Amino acid sequence: MAQAVPPNEEVFMKTYDPVITRRIIDFGKPYLWKVFVSLILMLISSSAAAFAPYFMHLAIDQGLTARNWERLQQIILIYLATAAVQALGTYFRVYIMARVGKSIIVDIRTSLFHHLQNLSLSFFNHFSVGRVITRVVNDVGVLREFISWAFLAVARDLFTLIFIVGAMVAMNARLSFLTFLVLPLMILTTVIFRKKARENYRKVRSAISWVNSNLAENINGVRVVQAFSRQEYNFAHFRDSVNKNNLTANLSAAKIAAGYPSAIDFLGTTSVAVIVWLGGIAVLGGPSVIGTITAGELVAFILYIDRFFEPIRDLSQRYDSFQSAMAAGERIFALLDTPIEVQDAPNATELPTIRGQVDFNQVTFHYSDDSTLVLKHIDLHVQPGETVALVGETGSGKSTMVKLVSRFIDPSEGSVLVDGYDLRQVTQASLRSQMGVVLQDPFLFNGSALENIRFGRLEASDDEVIDAARSVGAHEFISNLPNGYQTSVGEGGISLSVGQRQLISFARALLAMPRVLILDEATSSIDTQTEIIIQKALTRLLKGRTAFVIAHRLSTVVNADRIVVIQDGQIVEQGTHAELLAKGGYYYNLYRTGFEE
Amino acid sequence: MKKLARLIPFLQPYWKQVLFALIFLVIQIYLSLLIPQILADVIDIGLTGRSTAFLYQSALVILGIAVLRAVIPYGQRYLSEWIAAHIGYDLRNRLYDHIHHLPFSYHDSSQAGQLISRCIEDVRAIERFTGFGVFDLFRIVLLAVFIVSRLVTDHASLAWIALLPLIPMLWITVDFGRHVGGYFLAVDNALGEISTRIQENVSGAQVVRAFAREAYEMDRFKQANQKLYTARIHVMTEFGRMMPSTAFLVSAGTILILWFGGQMVLNGELSVGKLVAFNSYLLLLSAPVQQLAWLVNAAGEAVAGVDRTFEILDTVPEIRSPENAVVLAELRGEVALEHVNFQYAAGNAVALEDIQLNVEPNQVVALIGATGSGKTSLVNLIPRFYDVTAGAVRVDGVDVRSADLASLRRQIGIVLQTSLLFSATIQENIAYGKPDASLEDVIAAAQAGQAHEFISELPLGYDTVVGERGYTLSGGQRQRIAIARALLMNPRILILDDSTSSVDTQTERLIQKALDVLMEGRTTFVIAHRLSTVRRADVIIVLDHGRIVEQGTHQQLLAQNGLYRQIYELQLRDQEQFHEYMENLNQDPSVQAQRTRSLE
Repeated sequence: MAQAVPPNEEVFMKTYDPVITRRIIDFGKPYLWKVFVSLILMLISSSAAAFAPYFMHLAIDQGLTARNWERLQQIILIYLATAAVQALGTYFRVYIMARVGKSIIVDIRTSLFHHLQNLSLSFFNHFSVGRVITRVVNDVGVLREFISWAFLAVARDLFTLIFIVGAMVAMNARLSFLTFLVLPLMILTTVIFRKKARENYRKVRSAISWVNSNLAENINGVRVVQAFSRQEYNFAHFRDSVNKNNLTANLSAAKIAAGYPSAIDFLGTTSVAVIVWLGGIAVLGGPSVIGTITAGELVAFILYIDRFFEPIRDLSQRYDSFQSAMAAGERIFALLDTPIEVQDAPNATELPTIRGQVDFNQVTFHYSDDSTLVLKHIDLHVQPGETVALVGETGSGKSTMVKLVSRFIDPSEGSVLVDGYDLRQVTQASLRSQMGVVLQDPFLFNGSALENIRFGRLEASDDEVIDAARSVGAHEFISNLPNGYQTSVGEGGISLSVGQRQLISFARALLAMPRVLILDEATSSIDTQTEIIIQKALTRLLKGRTAFVIAHRLSTVVNADRIVVIQDGQIVEQGTHAELLAKGGYYYNLYRTGFEE
Repeated sequence: MKKLARLIPFLQPYWKQVLFALIFLVIQIYLSLLIPQILADVIDIGLTGRSTAFLYQSALVILGIAVLRAVIPYGQRYLSEWIAAHIGYDLRNRLYDHIHHLPFSYHDSSQAGQLISRCIEDVRAIERFTGFGVFDLFRIVLLAVFIVSRLVTDHASLAWIALLPLIPMLWITVDFGRHVGGYFLAVDNALGEISTRIQENVSGAQVVRAFAREAYEMDRFKQANQKLYTARIHVMTEFGRMMPSTAFLVSAGTILILWFGGQMVLNGELSVGKLVAFNSYLLLLSAPVQQLAWLVNAAGEAVAGVDRTFEILDTVPEIRSPENAVVLAELRGEVALEHVNFQYAAGNAVALEDIQLNVEPNQVVALIGATGSGKTSLVNLIPRFYDVTAGAVRVDGVDVRSADLASLRRQIGIVLQTSLLFSATIQENIAYGKPDASLEDVIAAAQAGQAHEFISELPLGYDTVVGERGYTLSGGQRQRIAIARALLMNPRILILDDSTSSVDTQTERLIQKALDVLMEGRTTFVIAHRLSTVRRADVIIVLDHGRIVEQGTHQQLLAQNGLYRQIYELQLRDQEQFHEYMENLNQDPSVQAQRTRSLE
């Protein structure tokens, strides 16, 4: 349907930046000598290629015109040898460079992914999955293109150009300069066309991405489209503006794209005419501005002209690729440079097996980029095995408190202790392996049910996995799946209902045998049977563990050992359900309005 | 080829452009063949024959060709791009229109991403091939015919020798072209796997951290990364083989010409100019032959694209207005399901079985039952989103299968649990079912739907674009816009899902109020989650495994002590019980005493 403006494109061009170039080169350092060998091979094969017209000239002048078969044979054999060298050189260069380029890219991708594993979770709130994928896949791809092809191609183009110019000048300097007169025109044309082409490319990209998003929206919403009988209206919009815009963008790009080769061909053929005219007269020994030249040289000249324009065209393309690589590099390094907020201290110790006592000592928290206090001087002491229900409005600070317990964030002031250990002094791995987290929207990985449960403890046997599933009441529905425990749950667990996903995430948490459990209860409408099973599973899960529950269900709240009411980052009330109701304070009001019809 | 022939109708409207492009192409080939001939003559007549006049003449001819070589190929290239763009445009329109008329059942079993990729990627492959591939193929064939016949008439034995390297070259490139698609596919798959890894890792970041599984994730990523490396190396290896061997074969042609042709020149059998021309012709042919690799690949992609797009276009939309459809006038709102059986697809479980239901105009019907009991299936039959397997659905006595679809659906309003809005302005979203509605009408609907107040508070008001950088709407706000959207249609029949999980109390009240307005004076089917809705319904239908197991009012059903009572106890009573609990508490003297104390 109508979208006010086509989506904007991110900037994807950038001029030379020494810092970025330096850092790209740093990734290339381990492969330096291989790059060097490739460069040599490149020079060998491109000079062999550049020699071809010269051999033609030698063959005509020294062999054919001079009627010398011996000499002709020699020339042909040398030509054959250079052709073979060129082929082998290319083969080995591609072989080496392919591996170098790809290895560098593998290294960059791996360090990006590694960095992603350590970034704080809040980073992903601002940085969408789509953007991460763009960085790791597309931007790195642009860089790959540049490293594997463009970098050496630039060297080749420059070398070829120099060689051709040298050969032409050596044969006849004046005719060469006459030919070069066309160069400024050619470069000007190229620059103008490039600029136009780039603009058009952007327009075409944004046109097609508008088509894409329009399709995505309408296909995803096709049921609503049909329910409101909007098919004809939407089609007219697509045909007359979205798709039409794409057509127009493509046509105006076509005008430019079709024009450039024409302009270059025109200039090239014109220079051939000039060479034939002036060169021909010179061959005949007539009065000519260019002195003398042989027939063979003339032919070689004409052959060189063809090859002369190609590196120029190519270089202008490489310049684009270079600019894109700069822009991609900048974004990749920006991601790699994002500081890691939560890190193991250098002298961090392994947290021994804990009993599950949790203490908040005067904890204050605010995000590093925002001075608003999310939590203010929280003091909370939880005994091993106690179930604490956290209650409060959205944004009151409940989630921040549980994030502190699993050390997804560090307190700005004060400290969080588990069994008396300050969390900042222990390794994250040893802490989290004793901690279970169940989220409101249970996240499953695309894999089998078995794999998803085993995620809780990788070394668990199949039997242990099944036991865990049984304990939380997930065994029955998993056994009924088409392939039982081996059934793939689909991307994000899409093929299961929310309730079923929740049960699998319970089993996963149970299998991890955590001492401290953090639970963000789901509120989604789940059918009656599943609801009963989940209630039972919860009881089973909470038994004998310290638990923090962000509670939405009345039953959980009522049965909690302690209810902690949070408002504006502070604990305003705590006690059992009965105590708090009797008190008639915030909790009383919250639940009176919450459940009143 | 048979598959590609299906594209001919798409080319037909543009036969003039195709014709001109072909004419231009022929001229262009002719021109490119002229140059070597002229150069040969320059050498033989001008230089060897020492004719200055001929040189001038040739230079002028070449200059003339330069002009033509700029204009004619431009026309040809532009025309082929033009044709490609128009074919893409037409095909995309056809697909778009068709996809929008395919029934729910089709969309249930297809993935949106796949359909989008049909419309973008596959159309692009077809467009590229019909626009360029066909002309390039034509060019190569024409060029080959011209050049080969030219060389053979010039000097048959040298021609065959010179053409010899073209045979392995042809073989190598075509072979490469046939396989390169597969190699690229492997790269695409590996890239896809990397994207999936990242997608999962980032979406599930909290789970990964919580279970301290970073190293494990890192390993899995490295595997995917390694797979990509291998796939890419594979592609590059193929390139690394193909590029130097074809380049070598091109040189080999020149070498053969020099070796054998050279001897002929020395014997006086052949002129130097002819030899140079021979070489130039061969070079003219070798570039397009190398291009064949890409053409074969492009043809392969186009065939696959045709396969997939026509698979969509060939799907007949089962649900559409019949011929002589009854155009429904304003409905009274009577709905009848007569012995309805329904299953989503042959072989699937039965979703509804022998449903018998008569609803009077303006009645409120509450549907209750577990997930998968058939509530949604039942309501989906009324606007004919699906067709019954047996029995009939009648609206005002008319079988929905004989009614004009638009006239039926425009009188049915739907508000679902997840309110899908489009990225357009709020005004456009509310007017979704009635694009010509005035702003006044839109505001009136928003007011009745309890949405006007929050919309007015937005900086851009009704012009706020939903879901864009500027503003994201909350679940409750979206739902109220969806209610306003349904209200504006002024439907006679209403289908709604009253679940309002994850909204705060205040919003819940507003939504309830909006729903009350919406339900007034319309036949309403409501998938009920709330006690208040169930209580006020004229009829409650309890569904279990696709059958109506109980039917009646709240009091009647409670008295029956059946499934309704069970559900009531488990789900609905919580709401009531708490209410009572609070009431009792308020009357308890000890609690009141304590409260007085705490207030003091």
